Amino acid sequence: MLLDVRIQEEDFSLQDEIEKLTQNNKNCGAIVSFLGLVREEGIDGEVLSHLELEHYPGMSEKKIRDHAQNANERWPLLALTIIHRVGSLKVGEQIVSVIAAAEHRGSAFEAAEFLMDYLKTDAPFWKKQVTASQSSAWIETGEDNLKRLTKWK
Amino acid sequence: MIKLELKFFARFRELLGKSSETIELETKALDVSQLLGLLTSRGGAWAEVFKQNNKLLVAVNHDLVKLDASLSDGDEVAFFPPVSGG
Repeated sequence: MLLDVRIQEEDFSLQDEIEKLTQNNKNCGAIVSFLGLVREEGIDGEVLSHLELEHYPGMSEKKIRDHAQNANERWPLLALTIIHRVGSLKVGEQIVSVIAAAEHRGSAFEAAEFLMDYLKTDAPFWKKQVTASQSSAWIETGEDNLKRLTKWK
Repeated sequence: MIKLELKFFARFRELLGKSSETIELETKALDVSQLLGLLTSRGGAWAEVFKQNNKLLVAVNHDLVKLDASLSDGDEVAFFPPVSGG
């Protein structure tokens, strides 16, 4: 499996990333992609200006690669691309993308969902929301995200 | 002698006013809970951050550990709140 894990401040093009995968995998019959965006609504319904994303360099890449390896052991994947942005991200901007390539769609759909569920709960990233009036608050991952993990156990 | 590289993230980094610290401890053996006790005893923001045992995650050399994990000379110990990535 070809694995591309990137943590970066720069924005990315989902289309470019998908094209990279098809160029390198001629037996790929299915590509499933997820794109996470910054929503305008904050924890208590406030209007946000932007999010600030922080991560633990060294551990963040390692955890994402571990989850990618787990996915590769569970499903026959041809390639995975996982991009997580950090830094200051405005409402509407792209935060994260998981792209799974496989011969058939079952594996691609499930692997992409599996990876997002683990990215939300088991990777050292933290979000701080900043409102239009400049008040800020750290976000904690909700119970719903943790409950989703039972699907994969 | 045990030398540790401590790292602090997110809300903890803000409360403590620093993202890292190197400490040297005159001891042959130490576990995470003992280190937490030591940091809590500094008082002020340190007590506030390190007393919250249920909302505090600890990683040693990039792996999450429990409070009874032992520490060795040269370890990198990171403290952070529950994650919110993705």
